[in-house]
Amino acid sequence: MSIATTAPDHTHHDSGYSGGLLRWLTTTNHKDIGTLYMTFALLMFFVGGAMILAVRAELFQPGLQMMQPEFFNQLIGVHALVMIFAALMPAATGFANWQIPLMIGAPDMALPRLNNWGFWLLPPAATLLVLPFALALFGIGDGALATGWTMYAPLSVQGGLGVDFAIFAVHLFGISSVMGSINIIVTIFNMRAPGMTMMKLPLFAWGWLITAFLLIATIPVLAGAVTMLLTDRHFGTHFFNAAGGGDPILFQHLFWFFGHPEVYILLLPVWGLIPHVLSTFSRKPVYGYKAQVYAFIAIGLLSVVVWAHHFLTVGLPVPALIYFMFSTMAISLPLAVLFFCWIATMWRGSISFETPMLFAIGFIVLFGIAGLTGLVLADVAADAQYHHSYFVVAHFHYALFTGGIMGVMTGVYYWLPKWTGHMYSETLGKWHFWLTVVSFNLTFMPQFFLGLAGMPRRIPDYALQFAEFNAISTVGSFILGISQLLFAWNIWQCVRGGAKVSGKVWEGADGLEWQLSSPPPHHSWETQPEVK
Amino acid sequence: MNAAPHTHAYYVPQPSLYPFVLSGGMFLLLLGSILAMNGFGAGSWVMLGGSGVIVYVLFGWFGKVIGESQGGSYREWEDKSFRYGMVWFIASEVMFFAAFFGALFYVRTISVPELGNMQAAHGATLWPDFAGTWPSAGPKGAAFTPMAAWGIPAINTALLLSSGVTVTWAHWGLLQNSRRQLSLGLAATVLLGIAFLVLQAYEYHHAYTEMGLTLGAGAYGATFFMLTGFHGFHVTLGAIMLSVILARSMQGHFTADRHFGFEAVTWYWHFVDVVWLLLFVVVYWL
Ligand code: HEM
Ligand SMILES: [Cu+2]
Repeated sequence: MSIATTAPDHTHHDSGYSGGLLRWLTTTNHKDIGTLYMTFALLMFFVGGAMILAVRAELFQPGLQMMQPEFFNQLIGVHALVMIFAALMPAATGFANWQIPLMIGAPDMALPRLNNWGFWLLPPAATLLVLPFALALFGIGDGALATGWTMYAPLSVQGGLGVDFAIFAVHLFGISSVMGSINIIVTIFNMRAPGMTMMKLPLFAWGWLITAFLLIATIPVLAGAVTMLLTDRHFGTHFFNAAGGGDPILFQHLFWFFGHPEVYILLLPVWGLIPHVLSTFSRKPVYGYKAQVYAFIAIGLLSVVVWAHHFLTVGLPVPALIYFMFSTMAISLPLAVLFFCWIATMWRGSISFETPMLFAIGFIVLFGIAGLTGLVLADVAADAQYHHSYFVVAHFHYALFTGGIMGVMTGVYYWLPKWTGHMYSETLGKWHFWLTVVSFNLTFMPQFFLGLAGMPRRIPDYALQFAEFNAISTVGSFILGISQLLFAWNIWQCVRGGAKVSGKVWEGADGLEWQLSSPPPHHSWETQPEVK
Repeated sequence: MNAAPHTHAYYVPQPSLYPFVLSGGMFLLLLGSILAMNGFGAGSWVMLGGSGVIVYVLFGWFGKVIGESQGGSYREWEDKSFRYGMVWFIASEVMFFAAFFGALFYVRTISVPELGNMQAAHGATLWPDFAGTWPSAGPKGAAFTPMAAWGIPAINTALLLSSGVTVTWAHWGLLQNSRRQLSLGLAATVLLGIAFLVLQAYEYHHAYTEMGLTLGAGAYGATFFMLTGFHGFHVTLGAIMLSVILARSMQGHFTADRHFGFEAVTWYWHFVDVVWLLLFVVVYWL
């Protein structure tokens, strides 16, 4: 790609609300909104992390030491909802906001006020989620939802007002995601620089495009499901009640019609950004651009037709079991294409191991374990043993912590210098990487064995035979949690100052965003570049 | 899609406080309804406050957009963004209805017949009067009369279909610079929409008072009222939006080649129309 024109480099400030807090409440600038998303995500990452460290502390030994089972269940469910809806998804949207306009040569997101609204729905949503914890302290209600993040009926129909808070939190998070998705689709379709055809679109934008389609297709179904839950709870409907001809399993169908695509929603933005990082630090172009685009599309399509693998043990008819088993396994084919392209991009490259590259490679290795254990779970016969055990917990943490969170960290280290104009500390970054990888495995590898040995998930107490692995896992989790403070500190230092970087930042980097200064001007690409 | 460079800069609006205030209003509305549903009287007041904030923002925000539109801030490039945006917004609405249609198909073809099979397998001892056929309020549901298709629902179908015609007629008027036809067509559409809502309200009243058909009437009552209720809610929104468009038309807004606001509302109206046709077939008729 060559560039015909560059943006006029001026630091122009929006008139109107420009100073202090009001700037952040009212901003229509994609960079400001991106910063809001990223900051919020980081904050909620620590909130969700603190909750689950309390859970791990309880699980350090068998028996109940610190909390009652009800509170334990509340922590687990809210932890998951916070991590998914308030940390990972906002982080991905933050990247989209910062990067998509820079990478496709657009002056901003297509619908800037809607963009602001998308962000400002999140703090109220997160507040609704955690508020019942606080209300319980004043004797109002019995705490947050205690059903796990999946909110299965009939437990959730019977639960206290924490369930209502979660239902409405999900609605607000959902509206935010749909608004964000609409904006991203419109931006990609309508705001690309002249000459940037869809097959020249950066892979990061492609990954987000498929994500946005999945969100528009599935979030409304989740909204419908929790609305039915609400009317079952308060308005006498019988959607999930057999006495009226309904069925609790209907909830599982609706939930997982959203829930399975959701895991790809969390991953596709990361799969989009990883190739950029691999290519930069291998000093080679991305291998198999088209293959990756087609793999994204194939995974997007497949992901909406495999949902029942989350409840294979619930008593589905055999033909359904066979269908869901094979369709689930089929996803590993396009996934394997991606793995192949990632490795081929590094193959015979002139590789250097800066922090983002370390995270990218760590991502490939550990995320591979997630995919392989997923195949095991998809096996109907085997899943009868693994379902609802710690094996599943380990599987999806290999998927979501390494695939999601470590992917986000890859992107943060890669683009932070671009955003701030400063280099972060490589030493701290490497410490962060190695501590994270080692303690992550220390935390979750034992959980595979616990699950195989029969330890159920979401139970605060366990048989003595599980004691050692649980103790190891808890130690690992605390190291993992504390190591993340290095990450926050490194970011903070990088925002405040540090060695100045050039526009290009990384010598092997390629793409429109690197043509701009670091940090880019407040309004960039007001004159669109021309892509040849 | 965008082959040639654009001749003017894209319109990026100034900072705005509306989205933030809107979120605050929604927070209050939801918080209030949680409190109200769980028996805290103050909840209704919180809801009221939240609704007030939301209505204020809707006036302010849309007013601002209309002002910008009239002031010439939007040209082809921005117009295209709005069009794509509206299309994908409607797509998300389609999926919202899909959840409820999915629930209907599930209870009709899976859970109710399955409960009937269990009944048969246990030698009619579980729920003696239960056959597992549709319509059903379930094994323990009370008796009710299902809603027949060929009374009010058929009239409502005719009303909505003709409203689709009148709105298209209004569009023709706009394209031919006939302001009278534009306004008349829109007014007729709004009236047809209101007539639809009145008849539906009557139908609901009838169902509750004389047919034993309530939200609590098992799987049938739940799917019937949630599907038709959300549809009715969308008709209400659509009628409000059409009224705004009518008022704007009468003030001389929209021209033959620049009228995204008009078209967006038409698309929405047609979407509501199509949902109704599906409802008529699978909820009332079959
Ligand atoms: C080839 C790839 C994969 C296959 C075949 C697969 C298969 C499965 C199956 C069968 C289950 C249900 C296990 C049970 O509950 O008994 C499961 C659970 C789960 N998987 Fe995967 N998976 C794959 C990749 C992923 C990825 C990439 C992610 C996320 C980014 C992911 C996230 C999850 C989550 C969150 C759960 C559990 C949710 C819960 O019950 O709370 N999986 N997976
Ligand atoms: Cu899944």
